[in-house]
Amino acid sequence: MATPVLTSTDALRDAVSTPAALRRFLHGLPGVDQVGCEARVATLSSRSIKTTSKQWALDLAISMIDLTTLEGQDTLGKVRALCAKGRRPDPADPTCPPVAAICVYPDMVVTAKEGLDGSGVQVASVATAFPSGRATLDIKLQDTRAAVADGADEIDMVIDRGAFLSGSYQQVFDEIVAVKQACGRPGGDSAHLKVIMETGELATYDNVRRASWLSMLAGADFIKTSTGKVQPAATMPVTLIMLEAVRDFREATGRMVGVKPAGGISTAKDAIKYLVMVNETAGDDWLDPHWFRFGASRLLNDLLMQRTKMTTGRYSGPDYFTLD
Amino acid sequence: MSFEYAPAPESRAVVDLKSSYGLFVDGEFVDGNGHAFKSVSPATEEVLAEISEATEDDVDKAVAAARRAYTRTWSTMPGAERAKYLYRIARIIQERSRELAVLESLDNGKPIRESRDVDIPLVAAYFFYYAGWADKLEYAMPGSAPRGSVPLPLGVAGQVIPWNFPLLMLSWKIAPALAAGNTVVLKPAETTSLTALLFAEICQQADLPPGVVNIVTGAGETGRALVGHPDVDKVAFTGSTEVGKAIGRTVAGTRKSVTLELGGKAANIVFDDAPIDQAVEGIVNGIFFNQGHVCCAGSRLLVQESVYDDVLARLKRRMASLRVGDPLDKNTDVGAINSSEQLSRIRDLSQVGEAEGAERWSPPCELPDRGFWFAPTIFTGVTQAHRIAREEIFGPVLSILTFRTPAEAVEKANNTPYGLSAGVWTDKGSRILWMASQLRAGVVWANTFNRFDPTSPFGGYKESGYGREGGRHGLEAYLAK
Amino acid sequence: MVWRPTLQSESRLDVRKTYKLYVGGAFPRSESGRSYVVHDSRGRFLANAAAASRKDARDAVQAARKAFGGWSGATAYNRGQVLYRVAEVMEGRHDQFVEEVAASEGITRPRAQRSVSAAIDRLVWYAGWADKLAQVVGATNPVAGPYFDFSVPEPTGVVAVLAPQKSSLLGLVSVVAPVVVSGNTAVVASSRDRPLPAITLCEVLATSDVPGGVVNMLTGSLADTAPTLASHMDVNAIDLTGAAGDDEHATALEVAAVDNLKRVLRAPASEPDWTQSPGLDRMRRFLEMKTVWHPIGV
Repeated sequence: MATPVLTSTDALRDAVSTPAALRRFLHGLPGVDQVGCEARVATLSSRSIKTTSKQWALDLAISMIDLTTLEGQDTLGKVRALCAKGRRPDPADPTCPPVAAICVYPDMVVTAKEGLDGSGVQVASVATAFPSGRATLDIKLQDTRAAVADGADEIDMVIDRGAFLSGSYQQVFDEIVAVKQACGRPGGDSAHLKVIMETGELATYDNVRRASWLSMLAGADFIKTSTGKVQPAATMPVTLIMLEAVRDFREATGRMVGVKPAGGISTAKDAIKYLVMVNETAGDDWLDPHWFRFGASRLLNDLLMQRTKMTTGRYSGPDYFTLD
Repeated sequence: MSFEYAPAPESRAVVDLKSSYGLFVDGEFVDGNGHAFKSVSPATEEVLAEISEATEDDVDKAVAAARRAYTRTWSTMPGAERAKYLYRIARIIQERSRELAVLESLDNGKPIRESRDVDIPLVAAYFFYYAGWADKLEYAMPGSAPRGSVPLPLGVAGQVIPWNFPLLMLSWKIAPALAAGNTVVLKPAETTSLTALLFAEICQQADLPPGVVNIVTGAGETGRALVGHPDVDKVAFTGSTEVGKAIGRTVAGTRKSVTLELGGKAANIVFDDAPIDQAVEGIVNGIFFNQGHVCCAGSRLLVQESVYDDVLARLKRRMASLRVGDPLDKNTDVGAINSSEQLSRIRDLSQVGEAEGAERWSPPCELPDRGFWFAPTIFTGVTQAHRIAREEIFGPVLSILTFRTPAEAVEKANNTPYGLSAGVWTDKGSRILWMASQLRAGVVWANTFNRFDPTSPFGGYKESGYGREGGRHGLEAYLAK
Repeated sequence: MVWRPTLQSESRLDVRKTYKLYVGGAFPRSESGRSYVVHDSRGRFLANAAAASRKDARDAVQAARKAFGGWSGATAYNRGQVLYRVAEVMEGRHDQFVEEVAASEGITRPRAQRSVSAAIDRLVWYAGWADKLAQVVGATNPVAGPYFDFSVPEPTGVVAVLAPQKSSLLGLVSVVAPVVVSGNTAVVASSRDRPLPAITLCEVLATSDVPGGVVNMLTGSLADTAPTLASHMDVNAIDLTGAAGDDEHATALEVAAVDNLKRVLRAPASEPDWTQSPGLDRMRRFLEMKTVWHPIGV
C-alpha cells in the first residue's frame, strides 16, 4: 500500500528505525508515471511571464547560480578568475547581483575562499570522491573534513549509486549521516550539505523520488541532481520530482530542503522555465538562493546577455561578456 | 516581488472577422433565409459576427447540392483523388493553424493553449489520417465485402456537432465521411459557427468540388430539418443524450444509418497505489480541461478511502494554481463558459448539489466582470444518490465519492445510464487490465485522461450513444454494410 | 376370478412433448397460463405452445442479465467449445429437427434435412469465431504519443432477438449464434407459427453446457412480447428481423428502443435467404468497441 505522503513525523521516525523499515518506506512512496510527469513539465514550460517579472527572474537566477569549475585542468588562476566573475558577473553593471556560490574541487577551496573574501559569495566544494564516489568511507569523510577545514561553506557530496541501485538503502543513508557529521565545524555549526543523487545513473523517476526522500531523511540540506559528469544531467522532470519531494517533506516535517539542478542548463529561457516550475510546484518560498540553486557554468553568460537585452533593448553578443 | 505571469495575449490580428456570415452551399457563401443571429465571445459578451440561419428550404438546397456532388463527382472519383483533396485540406489547416486557434478561442471561450496545442493539431491529424483511407477502403471492413470489392459509401451525410470542440468535432465528422466517398451537410452549434465557416473557406482554397461539403448554420430547427430530410442517407450527431434520443425517434423506420456520440458521467478512479502527483494532474485535466465542457470528462472522482485525505489536499492545492481568465492569454488554464444558458445550467446543478448536502469548494479565484465564468469547483460528501453524481453538468464541477475495494469502484463506476469513458489510476498492471475489462465504457484511460488520437476509436456504451469515431472503426460508420 | 393376458396394441400411442418456454435454464409454462395451437403447413394440429406474456418477457430479461456476467466473462475458447458442443448435440437430434422443420415449414424431408444440416454447420462456423473475432475486429492503435492504445470488442449485453418467422431452425440459429458467440445473452422471440424447432433447440442448449439464461426462448405472438422487449431499459440491443414485412410494427419497436438507446438491427424488407454466407455483420452489430489507453514509460 502506498504511504500517504502527508505522512506524520512518527511515521518518518519509524522509517529510519531499521534497514527493512527504510526499504519499506521508500518502496511505499507513490510511484511516478513518466509520461504524466513529462506532460506536466511540458505544460509548465509553456508559461510566459511578465516583463517586470522577467527582469526580476533573471536577477534571481543569477543569484542562484553555483558557478562551477570541476575540471582536471583547473588551476589556481582559473579559480581566481571564476571568483572575480562570481562577485561581479557584469563588470559594466554594478546593479547585477553576485552569484550564490563558486563550486570547486576540495584542493581549490583555499584559493576560492581568498578570491571571494568579503563578497558574501559562498564557497561550495564537492567531496566524497567526486564524481564517482568510489572510495572507502574514511577517505570520503577525510575529503569532506579537509574541505570544511579549508573553509568550504557548502559541501556537495555524491551518494553511492551502486549501493542505492543494489538496494542497500541503509548504507547510503548511513553514509550521508556520516558526511553530515563530517561537515561539522569546531564552533558547533556546520557546512551546508548538498546531496548529489546523480539522477542520470538512477535511471527511473521512482528512484529519483526514493533517493530524494532517503537524502532528506538522512539530513540533507539540499538535494542535487547531478555531478555534471554523467548524461543526462539535470532535466526538468527530474527536478519536478525533487520539488514535489521537498514540498511533501516540508508538509510532513516542517523542515525545508533546497533543490539544485546541476549540469545542462545553459540558457536564460530554460532557467526561467525552472523558476516557473519551482513557483508552481514547491511554491514561492523556494524562490530564494537559500532554497534553490543552479549548478552551471555557461548559464551565467546567457542570463547576462538577456539581462542586458532587457535594459538596452537590443540583443547582445558573447564578445561583450567575459569568458571566465 | 513574486512571480507574475504576463497577460500574454495571442494577437487577434491573425483573424479577419467579417461582420456577417452566410451559409456555405454548393461551394459558395449564400445568405440564409432565416433570422440572422449573433455569435458572441463568451469571455467578453462582445458580438463577434452575425450569422445567417438556415431554414428548411436552405437545408433542402444544401442537401440537393450534396446529392448532386455525390452522384456526379465525389462517389465516382477514384479514392486516390479524394485522398489528395483531404491531404490538401489537412495541409491548409496546418498552414492556417494560428488563425484557426485564435478564432476558436475567441468564439468558444476555450484557452488558446488548448486550441493551439490540442484542438487544431488534432483537426489536421484527423484529416491526414482519413485522407490515407480514401484509396484503401477495401481494407476497411474485414469480413463484410467479398474479396476484391470496395465497400460503398452511404450517400449524403447530415451531421450535427456541438459547441465544445467546434472544429475538432467537424473534423471527426467530415474527414471519415469524405474519405469513404460521402458528401456532407454539416450544422455547427449556433454559438460556435465561425471556425466551420472558416473551414468552408479552406475547402474553397483546396478547390474541393462544390457541394461535397456544405455548412448550414442555425439552431435546433435547422438541425431538425437536416436530420429529418428525406434525402439524407446518414445522420451523425454529437451532443446531448436528450437530443440524441429525439434524433433516434426521427429516423426510426427510415433507412438512414445513424451514429450518436452523446453524454457521459465518467468515473475517474484513484487507487491508493496510484502515481499520486500524476493522478492529481489527471483529475484536474479530467474535469477542468476545456472548462469541463467535455462529454468524456472525468466528472465523478472515485477515491479509495485510504488515500482520500491525501488526494483531496493535493487536489485543492493544485486547483489553487489554476489560472482562470482571458482565453486568448497563453497562461490561461481555464477559460470562459461557452454561453449564458450553459452557465445557468452549471449554476443550477451546483445549487442542487449544495441543497442536497454536498460540500462545495472552489479556490480563491477572481473572475472577470463581463462574460460567462464559473470557478473550478469540487463537491465532497457526494453519494451515488446525489443528482450531481448522476447528471451531466458539462462544466468545471467535480463530484467526489469514495470506495473501499476494486469491486466497489467498478460497481459505482458502472452505476449510471451512461458509458462513454472512465479513468483508472494505479501502479498495478494486472489491476489496470481487470478494471479495464470490468468498466462498461467505450474509452478507458489508465494512468492518463482525456487523450485523443485519429487512430483511436472513440464512442460510448449504453446511453452515451452508438458507433465509433476515429480509427478504422470510425470509417465503418460511413460505409454501406 | 378370471385372468386374461395383457393386451398388446398393434400401433403404440406417442408420448407427446409439452412445448414450454425456456427461461433461465428452466422450461416453465407461461406465467399467464395461456397457450396457442401450432399447426403444420397444412393446418393440422401439431402441438399447443406456450403463449409468452409481458411478464415472461420480463423474467427472461432478468435471467439473461443474470447470466451475462458469467457468459461474457468466460474465455472465448470456452464459449467456442460450448457452442460446438451444441452443434454436436444437435447432430444427435438431427432426425427430430428434420421432422419438426418439415412439418413446420411444409417442405420435403430432403429439403428439411439440408436445412437442418446447414443450421448445424452454421453453428459450427460461428463457434469457431469465438476466439478469432477480437483479432479480426479489434486493433492496436498507433497513436501519436507515448501510449499503448488498443481496441477490443466486448459484448453489448442483453440482446432481444426477434427470430425470423419463416426459417424455423436455420434462420433461428443464424440470428442467435452471432449474438451469443461474443458473450451477449439473448432473449429470443421465436417464430410465432413455427416454434417447435426453437423449443427443441432449447432442449439441446439445456443439455450441452450452455449456462442457463444465456439463451431464453419466448414462443407466442410478437405483439405480446416484442413491445416489452423493445422498451425494456435493461435490454441493450434488439434485432428486429422477425418483424420483417410489418413496417409499422417495426417502426414502433424502433421508437420504443430509443428510450435507452438500444442498438437496433432493423427489420429487412423481407426475410433474407439464410443459406447465404453470413459474414461478420451480425456479430459486429452486437459488439461495443472498448479503447484502452496506457502510458509507456519506465
